[in-house]
Amino acid sequence: MNTLIGMIPSILMIVSPILITAVGGMICEKSGVVNIALEGLMGVGAFAAAATHVLLEATGLGMPSIWISLGIGALIGAAFSAIHALASINLNADQTISGTGINLLADGVTIFAAQILFSADRTREFKMGMQTDSLGIYPTAYIALVVVVAAWFILYKLPFGMHLRACGEHPHAADSVGINVKKIRYIAVLASGLLAGLAGGCIVLTQTIQYTSNTINGRGFIALAAVSFGRWRPIGVTFAAFLFGTAQAFAIIANNFPALRVLPTEVFNILPYVITLIALVVFSGKNYAPRASGKPYIKGAS
Amino acid sequence: MKPADTRESFTSRMLSSDGAVSVLVVLLGFLVGTILVALVGKNPLNMYKAIFQSLSGYNIDNGKMNVRYIGETLNYAVPFILCGFSMAFAARAGLFNIGGEGQYIMGLTVAQVIGLLGPNVPGLHWALAIIGAMLIGAACGGIVGILKAKYEVSEVVSTIMLNYVALYLSRIICLQLPGASTYKTANFPETALLSNGFFQAITNNSMLNNGFFLMGLAVVVYWFIMEKTNLGFGLRATGFNREAARCSGIPVVRSIAISMAIAGAFAGLAGGIVALGSFRYGRVLSGMDNYGFNGIAVALVGNNTAIGTMLAGFLFGMLKNAQALMQGKQIPKEITFIIQGLIVVFIALRSAIALYLAWRSKRQLQKEVLAK
Repeated sequence: MNTLIGMIPSILMIVSPILITAVGGMICEKSGVVNIALEGLMGVGAFAAAATHVLLEATGLGMPSIWISLGIGALIGAAFSAIHALASINLNADQTISGTGINLLADGVTIFAAQILFSADRTREFKMGMQTDSLGIYPTAYIALVVVVAAWFILYKLPFGMHLRACGEHPHAADSVGINVKKIRYIAVLASGLLAGLAGGCIVLTQTIQYTSNTINGRGFIALAAVSFGRWRPIGVTFAAFLFGTAQAFAIIANNFPALRVLPTEVFNILPYVITLIALVVFSGKNYAPRASGKPYIKGAS
Repeated sequence: MKPADTRESFTSRMLSSDGAVSVLVVLLGFLVGTILVALVGKNPLNMYKAIFQSLSGYNIDNGKMNVRYIGETLNYAVPFILCGFSMAFAARAGLFNIGGEGQYIMGLTVAQVIGLLGPNVPGLHWALAIIGAMLIGAACGGIVGILKAKYEVSEVVSTIMLNYVALYLSRIICLQLPGASTYKTANFPETALLSNGFFQAITNNSMLNNGFFLMGLAVVVYWFIMEKTNLGFGLRATGFNREAARCSGIPVVRSIAISMAIAGAFAGLAGGIVALGSFRYGRVLSGMDNYGFNGIAVALVGNNTAIGTMLAGFLFGMLKNAQALMQGKQIPKEITFIIQGLIVVFIALRSAIALYLAWRSKRQLQKEVLAK
């Protein structure tokens, strides 16, 4: 039991970035745009945060460097998601193609930039990452908590959130009562990019000491799974992120438990994906997804 | 007709032709890539020298010719082309197969298992491994098709999930194989390899192998199924308009399952060929090979046609082979990933062309009405 309690900080460390990204993905889909580029957006955010932190650390800036790096990571994530916004909102592009393109592009851009800045296929190592508080918990856990609560409050308690959800359910009806569908969808896509970039920064500054091509390793897709497994609701997405994050944590720390040592650690890596697949089949027919999600909004056509 | 009008109709014709737009998109990708290389202070000419060498085998800097580069480019193109067909086949039936990567990994895994444990009979051994690879690929794709057709599970989400299931499943399986360490297994027996002595002789010992024939066969099969059979017609009809296809008596559920299974078989074949053609030992994968993801780009550039996808696959194979050469010329090899990513982004943006053409014909109409 003590080992289990001792695991809580590591579980929170792994859950937080997944949860932050998933909330962004949820907001995006609620507004009617599917964003499968979360993985790539986390990558550019993580790279930007790591690179900024390495360069600022060298100037002797100290702790503020971490927070500046996180901010830069988030902004770069948002900037990249603008491509997806332009393609899917203004140009009625296929959102899956645009998302795939950003994922491929992110693979190249991050390591290309590392080659230019650090002459290696990864960023230089930074000396000090984020520090835990007296309970052994990283600040990323509190960031994730704030993000979830804020997203719930905005989506369900403010008029803006209701407008945003209307755009994802029935954009024509929303438009007819004077809601600016394009503007709201833009805000939602940029928010998802901002949060994915922030989460990427959280991963790189808590779980590792540099950015490599393996830093994100499918976490963006786990977040995507958490959105559908959590049925597009903040509480569900939080639950899903915790479930999947715990599975990920077990893949790393299963060795501490003699009973689990017989299983290959990959079993825990597989769990989130298999659970999501089963859930999609079990809940099929009941459409929880926002109705207009993934469809471009063309004014006048119905 | 005034000359201005002919020029305008030429632009329209160009923009309405899928092939021309693909060429334009690829050129744009290279253009932006070139600008990026120049912006970071490198010489873009070195990038093109590397690409030229991987295409022709001729080294411009020292005037030496080495045909091995041509062989390697052709060999690299094989999995790109096959994964392209995996995406294209599903796309023709109106499905988006992001699962090429997972189907490829499962094909690779099964080929490695049969390669290491199968019967050491010349001819039979590798054939068995390749067939196994195709069958497991078909099974992976078929599951997605059934989930889609019966339970309305989006194939985009389910294939993304299956990609990672495949990656970790492959690790579990390969770690149990004979001689497995954290990254490789024992060497394959000779009978499992796809190597072709004649190809090696004419291409100065490149890795080009019998997989090239299998790819050629796949091109013909793809073209034949799509254009010449009832099955292909049903699939394309389903892709154009699912409801209309259903009303004309085409079994839509079966069409979707079959098209995903065949799509998976193409990707599985790619995995089998890479496993037994390009490596002498089994690999314990620690990450994706990305052939499946790039296959999406290949099919998009090739407009899902047999010939177009093949040409796009050669382009991607050439870029992959040029990577090591670029790195030697101080150009970060990741520029090829950037160009590939840019090509896909530009393809997504090409929906703007339809908007532009619609806007222009509307303006034309307005002009005509006002002129009266």
